[in-house]
Amino acid sequence: MSKQRIVVVGNGMVGHKFIDNLLQDPKADQFDIVTFSEEPRLAYDRVQLSSYFSGATADDLMLTSEGYYRDNGVNFVLNEKVTELDTANNQVVTSSGRVESYDKLVLATGSFPFVPPIPGNDQEHCLVYRTIEDLEAISASAAQSKIGVVVGGGLLGLEAANALKAAGLETHVVEFAPRLMAVQLDEGGGKLLRRKIEELGVNVHTEKATKEIVAGENCRYRMNFADGSHLETDMILFSAGIRPQDELARQFGLEIGERGGIVVNDSCQTNVDNVYAIGECALWSGRIYGLVAPGYTMAKVAVSHITGGDEQFRGADMSTKLKLLGVDVASIGDAHGNTPGAQSYTYNDEIEQVYKRLIVSADGKKVVGAVLVGDVDAYGNLLQLMLNDMDLPGNPAGLILPAGDGEAAMGLGVDALPDTAQICSCYDVTKGMIKEAVASGCTDMGAIKGATKASTGCGGCAALTKQVLDAELSNLGYEVKNDICEHFAYSRKELADIVRVKKIKTFDELLDSHGKGLGCDVCKPAAASILASFWNEYVLEDNLVGLQDTNDVFLGNMQKDGTYSIVPRVAGGEITPDKLIVLGEVAKEYNLYTKITGGQRIDLFGAQLHELPVIWKKLVDAGFETGHAYGKSVRTVKSCVGSTWCRYGVDDSVGFAIEIEDRYKGLRSPHKLKFAVSGCTRECAEAQSKDVGVIATENGWNLYVCGNGGMRPRHADLLATDLDAETLIKYVDRFLMFYIRTADRLQRTSVWLENLEGGLAYLKDVVINDKLGLAAELEAEMEANIANYQCEWKTTVESPEKLKRFRHFINSDATDSNLAYVVEREQRRPAFKEERIAAVELAD
Amino acid sequence: MSNWTTICKETDLTPDTGLCALLDGEQVAVFYSKKTGELYAVSNFDPIGEANVLSRGIIGSIGEAVVVASPLYKQHFDLKTGACLEEPEHTLKVYPVRLEAGEVQLQPA
Ligand SMILES: Cc1cc2nc3c(=O)[nH]c(=O)nc-3n(C[C@H](O)[C@H](O)[C@H](O)COP(=O)(O)OP(=O)(O)OC[C@H]3O[C@@H](n4cnc5c(N)ncnc54)[C@H](O)[C@@H]3O)c2cc1C
Repeated sequence: MSKQRIVVVGNGMVGHKFIDNLLQDPKADQFDIVTFSEEPRLAYDRVQLSSYFSGATADDLMLTSEGYYRDNGVNFVLNEKVTELDTANNQVVTSSGRVESYDKLVLATGSFPFVPPIPGNDQEHCLVYRTIEDLEAISASAAQSKIGVVVGGGLLGLEAANALKAAGLETHVVEFAPRLMAVQLDEGGGKLLRRKIEELGVNVHTEKATKEIVAGENCRYRMNFADGSHLETDMILFSAGIRPQDELARQFGLEIGERGGIVVNDSCQTNVDNVYAIGECALWSGRIYGLVAPGYTMAKVAVSHITGGDEQFRGADMSTKLKLLGVDVASIGDAHGNTPGAQSYTYNDEIEQVYKRLIVSADGKKVVGAVLVGDVDAYGNLLQLMLNDMDLPGNPAGLILPAGDGEAAMGLGVDALPDTAQICSCYDVTKGMIKEAVASGCTDMGAIKGATKASTGCGGCAALTKQVLDAELSNLGYEVKNDICEHFAYSRKELADIVRVKKIKTFDELLDSHGKGLGCDVCKPAAASILASFWNEYVLEDNLVGLQDTNDVFLGNMQKDGTYSIVPRVAGGEITPDKLIVLGEVAKEYNLYTKITGGQRIDLFGAQLHELPVIWKKLVDAGFETGHAYGKSVRTVKSCVGSTWCRYGVDDSVGFAIEIEDRYKGLRSPHKLKFAVSGCTRECAEAQSKDVGVIATENGWNLYVCGNGGMRPRHADLLATDLDAETLIKYVDRFLMFYIRTADRLQRTSVWLENLEGGLAYLKDVVINDKLGLAAELEAEMEANIANYQCEWKTTVESPEKLKRFRHFINSDATDSNLAYVVEREQRRPAFKEERIAAVELAD
Repeated sequence: MSNWTTICKETDLTPDTGLCALLDGEQVAVFYSKKTGELYAVSNFDPIGEANVLSRGIIGSIGEAVVVASPLYKQHFDLKTGACLEEPEHTLKVYPVRLEAGEVQLQPA
């Protein structure tokens, strides 16, 4: 049987989703796929478009790649618009004249920004906000402007206003309606949103109809309004709504709705055989859905129909929760209370600036809608109550009232949700899927995200996902307890708080006041790490030494035969020939196996206890410091060679790496910390796979956090852009101390962030906006830690008392007779079991 | 019968840490717990990691048992019985140990 030919017009978010779903289908090999994109690239994440202004690149936004399409046999043509449709002959024609026949045609042409027909709206600095090219034009225009106006105070308009504000422009929003976000918010919500946004320095003008755009006196343009007033501005961004891109369908005779949109049925078929429409261009039951999740559902439905399934599109919920200009806003269901007989509860706190309105059915039993501004924690609960048609609890007002001191906010009890309840709408993850993931061993948020993708899209469902996870864990009999071990009924974070607040300096003090038993190999090193993070005393003090893992006790990494490895610090990976020679000589003298590490330093293996001090004496004398390779602590700051030598270098990455490494060297933390600095965006230092990554740009340094290589790789998140060195250091101080204070034992920054409620946005709030008012404290703690830095090996080799520990036997100068080595590739290594006998004999 | 061998002075002990002594060609790990006020002595060889490292482990308690955790792979050994809590097929030799006139003394197991 020959393959069916599927032509997909438009490779936007939904067109791509359709293709991806079809490729995942068991029948995928029965289809040939061709897609045409009017844009110069394959699908990217339009939802995250605004992140372009905070440093994301076009590459970061990509949802797929040309390689992926090629590998899966998907033909694609970029920069190619489909211009004609011949449904009688099952053919399309493109702008370059290419004719393509189809068995099935899928229209996923999306929508286009509506620009109101105002005279003067077509001038050079009058722009829209939909594609990456639009963003480039906005950036270029903003660079030549001082004042910017956004026409339209809806969701996208406010996002656009944020972008202009971030670009440093005096920003205005001009709205035709009497309030902002008129579709999603009621009057009270709109009013508070306006107040908050104005406090952030954005000027809001409502009930303004623009009559014309003419040349300005002080600025490039002047907007004249119908009421006789006017506003001068250098650029104008139109964000006055979208219109379905139905041009092609309209010209070639498909059925179109009265106000636009390609009419489709429950299977996403148009009125013409073998032609489907999905996404923002499709009109279902008289409605256009301007959100991506319904588009994704349509994509699924169309794939199902084409492959012989029977999934149906049944409409979609348009509730939303988002952050606009830093203000939390959510709208659920019938936000305006248009349902006949609807009644409402309203909570309006003008002091804390929180507005919540819960709209319930005439009988008071069900949620029909809600508006939340300033505090959207109730979103997940309310949405689930509505979507699952659940009865309200006895005291519905409790759902929006703030919790009193000490009591938890009223939840709906996720146990009440049916398994079919959709928790994550971005990835269509149900409660049942999360339960399955828990049952198969995912016991924290990071694992749940990995297994189900829940809350990895917009993140709006994070709190709810966590509730389902916790409920399921306790249903399965897991105690959701974060106790660090049997000796302390506290989590690591709580222990860190106790140590910090009560100024506890020893483990015994901590155990006597807050624990029981003798402690163990879990709580002791954890306590040692906490004590070191906050007080940073010499780790071999008598009252600390018994807490440390052997690596910290002997300031080296224990290898499998009980010998240690030695890693001196080589800050930034920069080393002089003389120092290299010293390392070589020492290695030769003590017959140490030598290897270059991934962190750009040199590891010398096979030193016995009694050899460590002599070796380190030589190294310290030659100017080396300990590298803390043995500690759960700051390890290395890797760097590329940077602008001092590299033809492409933008800044001195080596210099900055050394500065950073010298600042944080030895900082003990819940787990090891790795840094890197790249001198340009080619990123040779691989900074985006590190806990802290720094990349030079033309305008300063970009700061990435919480990346990880290793077992579970994670791409770092961009925390802040275009920083000067001083600000960057400040942010890193705060970030590290916040992590040290709040992470679990042995939790890398990557997993920590994934489990941090509020995620990256919250982290930014804490580190950049100082939401918790902690910044000064965190910086001071870091300063104190740095002030107490000492090279532990220097202190140790100078202390005869401490050196006593460095011998194998207390009562003999003999060494461990169990060690045996063989030579491989011209260096020695520990003998394997089967090699041992021969090796020992040889040694004798 | 007095076959006690002095291995070091009391002042050589650091509370809550271990040290290794050579007793008739055998390696013995000796620990002193400040909280229990007791000395413990077991063989230094870790039968699971197969290296002479136990004196370098962290001591503590699990339930009622006083234990040392192997610094290699973290299994726990009961310092009184020598039993491995995670892999009971392994046990350590336990040595009599005492403090006598400021000296730490061992007897063969
Ligand atoms: C700034 C911004 C923020 C947003 N935020 C959110 C949000 O927070 N949540 C949310 O759910 N949604 C959001 N959206 C909406 C979301 O992006 C859309 O719902 C989604 O992109 C719709 O996907 P689509 O494939 O239907 O259309 P598109 O992604 O627009 O893709 C259509 C593609 O088809 C191409 N095309 C059109 N005609 C032709 C032709 N004749 N030949 C070839 N190619 C053609 C277009 O060039 C385009 O590339 C946002 C949109 C923007 C612009």
